[in-house]
Amino acid sequence: MRAGILVFPGSNCDRDLISVLENEFQIQTEILWHTEHFEPHHDLYFLPGGFSYGDYLRTGALAAQCRSIASLRRAAQNGRPVVGICNGFQILCEAKLLPGALVRNRDLLHICEWVPLAGAGRWQDCFPENFALPISHGEGNFLCNEDELKAIEDRGQVLLRYRENPNGSLADIAGICSPNGRIIGLMPHPERALRPSLDLAFSRERFGRLFFEKVFSLVSK
Amino acid sequence: MKKYYATAIVKFKTSVLEPQGKAILLSLSEKGHKEFSQIRVGKFIEVELVAENDREAQAKISQLAEDYLYNSVMETCELKVVAQES
Repeated sequence: MRAGILVFPGSNCDRDLISVLENEFQIQTEILWHTEHFEPHHDLYFLPGGFSYGDYLRTGALAAQCRSIASLRRAAQNGRPVVGICNGFQILCEAKLLPGALVRNRDLLHICEWVPLAGAGRWQDCFPENFALPISHGEGNFLCNEDELKAIEDRGQVLLRYRENPNGSLADIAGICSPNGRIIGLMPHPERALRPSLDLAFSRERFGRLFFEKVFSLVSK
Repeated sequence: MKKYYATAIVKFKTSVLEPQGKAILLSLSEKGHKEFSQIRVGKFIEVELVAENDREAQAKISQLAEDYLYNSVMETCELKVVAQES
């Protein structure tokens, strides 16, 4: 399996992600730089967390206009799985590859902590009861209009919900997918929940692994 | 080609939390001010461009606004375009 990792100026979780993919799952990775178009021949794509373009204008807004995103649209049209983590989720929303937007946290603070989560929609009952992942964001408050929320819920596009809403996110949404289920965006960082070297508050359960296994199950389906 | 000057005022929709205005209000209330009930901070953006005519200038600015200047999920945008004397 080969994964394309879209990296932007200001991405800062790309190395953690690559380390996890290569060392924990033996997946080859290729860094795809924002200034270049790419041939969408990878099995799946990741957009890592960070502060692309310094979060200027709006989080993810400038990254969404990059050449690499134009190529990513082709990959997504071909049904290749795409996963945006944190800033990657914000970029996918700004690129309109996912619905809604992520705005400032309710309490205006950057929140960095482990949060309890529950699977929803097509990921209902996929995770253990004590499932949790770390978050680290200032703009993770998911927002969309009422009609859109109803459509998202009716189509089972909500994949992850906070069990204790940390940021004011609409309907406790922590992660969603496209109508076909192949473009995924989430605020939590599964890549930080796999290896002790990446997280001092390392959980015994390696919850990140459960997330990645769900994602890999989408490849070549 | 003619020169044009455009402005965009980008505001959060009233239904969306606007943190900077909220912070200013908080500071004011801590100083005992009770007369200010609402402050909302937005963005004022200036653009200079060239276009063949007014219609093209308007179209270019509208496209720029849609692609970059605002996100219709959470914001509104008021655009004005004027031709510049050369």
